[in-house]
Amino acid sequence: MAALALLGDMLVRATPLILAGLAVAVAFKGGVLNIGAEGQLLIGACTSTAVSLKFGSTLGPLTIIVALIIGMLAGALWAAIAAELRNRFHVLEVISTIMLNFVALYLISFLVRGPLQEPTRIYPQTSTIAPFTQLPVILEGTRLHIGFILAIAAGLIAWWVVRNTVAGFRLRLTGANPRAARIAGMVNVERTTRNVFLISGALAGLAGAIEVHGVTFALYENISPGYGYTAIAVALLAGLNPAWVIASGILFGALEAGASALQRDAGVPSTLVWVVEAAVILTVLGTESYRSRRSRQFVAPEFAAAQGSS
Amino acid sequence: MIEAIAPFLEGTVRTATPLAFAALGETIAERSGVINIGLEGSLICGALGGLVAAGYGSTWTGFVVAGISGAAIALVFAVFVTTLRSNQIITGTAITLLALGLTGTLYRQMYGSTGAALQISTMQPLSIPMLSSIPLIGQALFAQPPVTYVLYFLIPLAWWWLYRTHSGLALRAVGENPEAAIAAGVPAARFQFVAILFGGFMGGIAGGVLVIAQVGTFAEGMSAGRGFIAIAIVVLGRWHPIGVAVAALVFGAASALQYLFQSMGWGLPYQLFLALPYLLTLLALAGVAGRVRAPASLGKWELD
Repeated sequence: MAALALLGDMLVRATPLILAGLAVAVAFKGGVLNIGAEGQLLIGACTSTAVSLKFGSTLGPLTIIVALIIGMLAGALWAAIAAELRNRFHVLEVISTIMLNFVALYLISFLVRGPLQEPTRIYPQTSTIAPFTQLPVILEGTRLHIGFILAIAAGLIAWWVVRNTVAGFRLRLTGANPRAARIAGMVNVERTTRNVFLISGALAGLAGAIEVHGVTFALYENISPGYGYTAIAVALLAGLNPAWVIASGILFGALEAGASALQRDAGVPSTLVWVVEAAVILTVLGTESYRSRRSRQFVAPEFAAAQGSS
Repeated sequence: MIEAIAPFLEGTVRTATPLAFAALGETIAERSGVINIGLEGSLICGALGGLVAAGYGSTWTGFVVAGISGAAIALVFAVFVTTLRSNQIITGTAITLLALGLTGTLYRQMYGSTGAALQISTMQPLSIPMLSSIPLIGQALFAQPPVTYVLYFLIPLAWWWLYRTHSGLALRAVGENPEAAIAAGVPAARFQFVAILFGGFMGGIAGGVLVIAQVGTFAEGMSAGRGFIAIAIVVLGRWHPIGVAVAALVFGAASALQYLFQSMGWGLPYQLFLALPYLLTLLALAGVAGRVRAPASLGKWELD
């Protein structure tokens, strides 16, 4: 039974990682370096919580669907800020999304001590959302909820869209070479970029909404232990392929669930996971560099020679 | 109101000091064509290294070790970026993650996650005679911890080196057009390597300033995005040491605004002030980023 619970924990942990990992993978593939999945996730979490708390009684059984949709929209809107800053003002999205992560964090800090705080006003968190607004458990004896299935579905849909549709082709073209895409006249690069931001933000926002409605059932400050940052490792390990994100998300979910267990049982600091994640990213980068170096050894010999002799 | 001005100006310079150290180092790195998002990692490594060294040695040992810690983590970045030609943004993100994980793990191993934290006595302000008695700005500029005064020499020195020496010119050439620089006999990759290490060293000192001159202890993630803000400051300062110093002061002022507002007794939520530096970064970048010209090869030299 304990083994089943642990398996459940791993998949529960994998759920936000898959969704946020998809957000990063789609963004990077489309040439958008969205480091802001963390903030978009937090915004998705707080808006969806607000919906369930404030409108749960009016919406009834529809609440959960509305909450998840609002969470997605809010995440997309949060990402749209970075999109506009990049398209209109040439602000590097790496910086703007990281700044927005901090703003989102302080926004939640304000909300759980202000408008959304639980009625006794003692704890910095919201009330628990009503049971009928919670995502149903799909595996008896575990905490595994239906959000996991949604995450896998999202991964498969993203994989199919990127691979087989015109929109997916535009995304890949823009990501591979925006100048060529623009010159060839096939792609409106600005619009594609904005759409990539929106989709990426929506996926991250969904991750946050699902985390609240499937796992925590309330909003508080440390609701995400850095899912949005781990998502970068998840996406890169998957080679930015949405289908592989599902697998690498589960792998990292297992790693993090294991790390929590290790911290509890053996006192190994859970921050060690970040070191492992960084090592994964660096290994992927190193391998890629080695591969492309081998494949282009014959290219531009005068450039290589100049570098070698310097 | 008037009595709040002095702490506001003092707070401006105090907040600006670590930002200016980090941004000055990043300026040199970016002038060589490398954008180091891992600067945040250098800050947090410098904070921990500086704390431990200052706890066992002298204050100045603390700063040197802080710098070396920052350079050590930047070394990993430098290897990936200058020899493997990996994507600078993704490598930098990994370095920040690595540094946050390493420092968190080491700190918990050394002092436990809940146990008593290592406390050091912070570097005391040193008033410079005459200068510190200038009305209004004297106290703010010349009654600071001595490490701040190092900046007053470093900023003009960095300007002089960049614009008045052959090696400074070579560095800028690498940042504009590495191929041309290589053709002219400049060891481009080596320049970038050293520039990254220097940026990491300065980032480490910035972390050291936080711990040794301001807080007196370490907390996980205490760099709190200052490395990223420093990168924004480089853009606002137009990649010029003097401009960067001014931009750092503007940021310090924005953060120190809370002292002014608090004294006015407005009932605004405190989180708004905490979020202010980040919001300001966004606004300032929106106003400036499109109108300034970055080093032409910034972030671009990689294998694909």
